Amino acid sequence: MTIRGKLTILLAAVLALAAVATAAVLHASARADRRDQARPGGPAITAGPVRLTSGTRELVFRNMAWGPHRDELTTTPAARPSGPRTATATGLKCLRFHARSGTGICLQAVHGTLSDTYRATVLDSALHEKGHYAVPGIPSRARVSPSGRYAAWTAFVGGDSYAGTNFSTRAAILDTATGVLTPSLEAYAIVKDGHRYRAPDVNFWGVTFAADDRHFYATLATHGKTYLVRGDLRTRTVTTLHTNVECPSLSPDGTRIAYKKRVPGLPADAPWRLYVLDLATLHETPLAETRSVDDQAEWSDDRHVTYALPGDYGADLYTVPADGTGSAREILTAAVSPAYL
Amino acid sequence: MYVADSRATPSAPTSAEPAARPRAGRRRAVGPTVFALGTVSLITDVSSEMVTAVLPLYLVAGLGLSPLGFGLLDGVYNGFSALVRLVGGRFADSGGGRHKTVAVLGYGLSALCKPLLLVAGSLPLIGAVLAADRTGKGLRTAPRDALISLSSEPAARGRAFGVHRAMDTAGALLGPLVAFLILRWTVDGYDAVFTVSFCVAVLGVLVLVLFVPSSRTAAPAAATPRPAAKPDVRPLLRPTVCATLLGLATVSDAFVYLLLQRQLGVPERWFALLPLGTAAAFLTLAAPLGRLSDRVGAWRVFLGGHVALLAVYGLLLTHAHSPVLPYAVLLLHGTFYAATDGVLMAAASAGLPEARRSSGLAVVQTGQALARFGCSLGFGAAWTAWGDRTALGSAAVLLAGCAVVSYVLRPTTPRTEAST
Repeated sequence: MTIRGKLTILLAAVLALAAVATAAVLHASARADRRDQARPGGPAITAGPVRLTSGTRELVFRNMAWGPHRDELTTTPAARPSGPRTATATGLKCLRFHARSGTGICLQAVHGTLSDTYRATVLDSALHEKGHYAVPGIPSRARVSPSGRYAAWTAFVGGDSYAGTNFSTRAAILDTATGVLTPSLEAYAIVKDGHRYRAPDVNFWGVTFAADDRHFYATLATHGKTYLVRGDLRTRTVTTLHTNVECPSLSPDGTRIAYKKRVPGLPADAPWRLYVLDLATLHETPLAETRSVDDQAEWSDDRHVTYALPGDYGADLYTVPADGTGSAREILTAAVSPAYL
Repeated sequence: MYVADSRATPSAPTSAEPAARPRAGRRRAVGPTVFALGTVSLITDVSSEMVTAVLPLYLVAGLGLSPLGFGLLDGVYNGFSALVRLVGGRFADSGGGRHKTVAVLGYGLSALCKPLLLVAGSLPLIGAVLAADRTGKGLRTAPRDALISLSSEPAARGRAFGVHRAMDTAGALLGPLVAFLILRWTVDGYDAVFTVSFCVAVLGVLVLVLFVPSSRTAAPAAATPRPAAKPDVRPLLRPTVCATLLGLATVSDAFVYLLLQRQLGVPERWFALLPLGTAAAFLTLAAPLGRLSDRVGAWRVFLGGHVALLAVYGLLLTHAHSPVLPYAVLLLHGTFYAATDGVLMAAASAGLPEARRSSGLAVVQTGQALARFGCSLGFGAAWTAWGDRTALGSAAVLLAGCAVVSYVLRPTTPRTEAST
């Protein structure tokens, strides 16, 4: 074939491929318009004042419903979650959110010129920014301690190279009173089975705080196993307590941990079930939810936990009794990252 | 499009007929086939790095999965990949040279995997698609390097590999940028990223098919497919032993970046940018160091690259929190790649007969890859047992030892040695 013939083929192919590529990009960008339109039958959302301390019990969450308030921080009465939703008048958008006692932590994307970065923004009870901190990867979990003093978040740090399909995590803890940040729990000393432990493949995620502003629980993963650890903010140590525990969430009375457990025999892409662990006896109770849950559960009171499952608009919120009885019930569509205030 | 192809092609055989032998002219310049292969690699790397860059975000934000502690490709896959590489290399040599065929298969397989990502909605399926993608990469690497080697003059081989690796790395740096721009223009545009990645990959295959001539090595015309009745393994032995020995002391990139953070106090938020530093240095230095290897000898530069790696270990061990040190480490780390990656192929080519170029290079690459995998396992175990500093110190001592042994064992390559 002549060089002219080859170049003609190449040119024709470039034009055809460019047309396909352009069509794909245009199709995906048209999504923005569709998602800014509220769906008929969707929840009614109005903009209004949102505060992190209120007279009545409120459920604060990231609204996933299509429309002008998509992804904004939104509240609804905790007693009647399917009732009217109020979105923040300032249009505060969070990927992940949590709040306690007048302190909120909002994990956000920051759109840069050459890449997106992420940050954790600390909010006061009126949702004013008190400070922000760089998050080194894609936000995954967020928690505030019951007193509102400490905040923690977990981020995925993606592959390092072409072969990098192993994800690592960074769990950070912030003292909002002093501004002192521990960027990675890997700086803490690990005591595993009674001995000092170190390994390059240590990852932490899913921090949950105790009421004493000193202790916390989290997941530690190393050598293909996960552990529940109890951490001490003062001595900067974590100690393993139990195996096969991910994304722990401490009950309001501090006696139990709700968590996702990897159950043998389940499919690799849906391997978890919700369990509750009694910290005094280490007795495990499977909850009545029969689907795989990939979330850090949130206790709505001492007897129920709330969690997200994949839904038509990203995620829906469900609740289930914490003692293994009853059954799971949907409480809110198109919502994620719940926090009870 | 890359003008280099069209401008350079007239000096290459104008048909892909097997009889036409790509001999890269008599000048010392890098041949058109090398530029064509460099362009293919550049385009393909844009395509594959687009996917790699958005994959974590796609899994977490797009699919709502949490891939915590989930290795999508496991150790078993590493063994399988090595096998594919060896088989691919052997097949490329058979029948008097089927390098292009095997390379097209490899690039084509990876291209076909891109649209499959659109429909693979779970971690195991995505893992399977990625494994197929990597299999394509394993299949094509040795035949492609053999084509580069066969189409360049022995005296300019280092430079040819250097230019190729620079183009390859340029693609790897561009890919994430393209992916990011698409995500910026769209809403959840992962499907657009995968579709564009597929289009780009198809373009790469097309450039390969159109502008890279088929190889025809000096194998006997009656090409009975039993190329290895009793092959002479001697020319392979020393390069493989040297590459493998040094591979045993080559700590993987992931560990180097982790140590940069822990030992030199690089902030967490810079972690994702560290590989870019290595790649930038690799890109800049690949061609100059390749040229140097043509002048002073490839094995010398190859060993020099490992001295740069030893310096990386040394700087990491200083534990000093100076703002300059991380840059120095990344520069040296990129230098290590620039002085070893393509240069090893140039060095190993010298002793290999044309008829066994691809399988020979595959053996050297596989030896090195498996040794590095072993080093990762050993390094992780040493870290767990003794801590990161002791593990790194041991790796440094091991590397120095292996470098000395390799220096003694290094193949003595007369620089103007004819290949057959």
